[in-house]
Amino acid sequence: MIAALFEGVLRHGLALLVVLFAALLAAPYIVNSYLLAILIIILYYAYVGQAWNIMMGFAGQLSLGHALYVGLGAYTAAALFVKFGLSPWIGMLAAIPVAMTAGAIIGFLAFRFRVGGVYFAILTIAFAEFARVGFDHFTWVGGSSGFFLPVANYTTSDLWTLRGRPVMFYYLILTMVVIAFVLCRILLRSRIGTFWLAIREDEEAARAIGIDTFRYKMYAVVLSAGMTSLAGVFFAFYYNNLFPEQVFNIARSIELILAPIIGGIGTLFGPILGAFLLTGLSETMHAILQGLGVDVPGAKQVFYGLCLLFVVMALPDGVWPWVARKLGLGGRKP
Amino acid sequence: MPAEIYLNVAVGGILTGLVYGLMALGLSVIFGVVRVVNFAHGEMMTIAMYLAILAFSALKLDPLVMMVPIAAVLFALGYAMQAALINPFINRPEHSQFILLVAVAIIMVNVLLIIFGPDARNVMTSYSFDSFQVGPLIVDATKVYAGAAAIAVAAVLFAFFRFTYVGQAIRACADNYTGALVVGLNVKQLYALTFGIGAACVGAAGAMIVLIVDVTPALGPAYTLLAFIIVITGGLGSMPGALLGGILIGLTEAMAGLLFSPSAKSMFAFGLLVIVLLFRPQGIMGKRVA
Repeated sequence: MIAALFEGVLRHGLALLVVLFAALLAAPYIVNSYLLAILIIILYYAYVGQAWNIMMGFAGQLSLGHALYVGLGAYTAAALFVKFGLSPWIGMLAAIPVAMTAGAIIGFLAFRFRVGGVYFAILTIAFAEFARVGFDHFTWVGGSSGFFLPVANYTTSDLWTLRGRPVMFYYLILTMVVIAFVLCRILLRSRIGTFWLAIREDEEAARAIGIDTFRYKMYAVVLSAGMTSLAGVFFAFYYNNLFPEQVFNIARSIELILAPIIGGIGTLFGPILGAFLLTGLSETMHAILQGLGVDVPGAKQVFYGLCLLFVVMALPDGVWPWVARKLGLGGRKP
Repeated sequence: MPAEIYLNVAVGGILTGLVYGLMALGLSVIFGVVRVVNFAHGEMMTIAMYLAILAFSALKLDPLVMMVPIAAVLFALGYAMQAALINPFINRPEHSQFILLVAVAIIMVNVLLIIFGPDARNVMTSYSFDSFQVGPLIVDATKVYAGAAAIAVAAVLFAFFRFTYVGQAIRACADNYTGALVVGLNVKQLYALTFGIGAACVGAAGAMIVLIVDVTPALGPAYTLLAFIIVITGGLGSMPGALLGGILIGLTEAMAGLLFSPSAKSMFAFGLLVIVLLFRPQGIMGKRVA
């Protein structure tokens, strides 16, 4: 099983992977708390990017409303914790089915009624926006004035209630990224992954050779939604406050898909590399502007936009395929 | 509540909807011909709105007068965007075009933020508080002027696509890309022209809507979504559909604001969108595209 995972991986690729993983494991002992916070954000985007990539990168269904699943996961676990004192680990068990149901409803409606392409993307935005306005008026969880988890200055970490120091959250999100990565690799090499790629490349042809495209597209949406909801649980317990206006905002949906697109859609390393590049870029810019004494709101984002423009024009397949070629890992389809 | 209130709100909603419709018309024209979804549409709308605000505060020029020059400026912007940025992306996958336009949108919103700051701005004309009374009906003068101007611009556009040579050439590109190339049309240039025309619609709509709505840089994404809802409800690529969708959404929002709460109004617009997508995905007046 384990050996099968590494099958076909070049030796120096494997070495690089081990080095990267070791660096990430050791990071909290090396970096300061500011960098640690940034690493957490990077890994968070790497995780949701990986989850989104299942739907778009593997099965070819463009979702622009993934903030919906993040928000549902976040609100479900947070409400169970605050209102009933239930551990986020139990909250997760509730958050996953909630998000999966939402994904299943959207998928069912879209695929049964043959809503595809641009229309599907806009349908996903519509559901996320619908939830945003809905949660704005859902007073049981605070409505538009926000929903808060109790916070204190923690010196110890309690993994069961997820109350504690950033280091705990760092290792939690790192674990999530690793599991998502391994899961995606297993999926890609399995029968279901092959079916997804067939659907992505040519849905008509996939149906013609007897693939039940409706069912496999549903699997992709439901799995992606469930995985994304876990990111929501993490988000709720790490940031401790939830505002519908922020959590469900279309800007969140767009943010979380930029990493896999920049990194390389449909690749396993794309979301991770993209998250490092984008967050790194944005934080570097922030530091430079601060160093120059420039305090103009929006200046950072303009530069961010320009970089995005450059990447999408210069490297249409994303950065990872290009990096992979440079590292001599090319030819190997991840 | 007396019945007149409903009628007043409904008429106000329809007039605002006409301006929305003109904005969405721009999106629809661009998608219908170039087959690119303009994710920076609302951001272009806010650019036009700020131009109108600038012209008004600096030179005391009425937004309705400025409509034409602002449309011209936006035309130039749209033409340049298509020629320089989007034309190389015509044969790229949808998500690639999407990122390109999202990047453009991010730049637009934040440049506006740097220049104008986050505060809301508006225009106070001499007729801002005027109203017309028709029987029991009281309608804001600004909305009447804006609605009438929207119809006029849309009529000019219909005439352009129906009767002029260039308009017919653009429709030819939309109907059959390869065919248009074969008969020797300069498709890239016509695409740039089309994007310019779509942007000009946004320019005109933006100049008008400052009479009704306060502008902030953050309004951009909201208008992009609104334009999507409208064109999909009306039929993506259909020109009368965009106007009809605008009226429908304007009416829905106004009535939802009256009957429930103004903050919940966009939920009804999205509800309408979901229903239309499921039961008539091509939109009310649209033709089904494969």
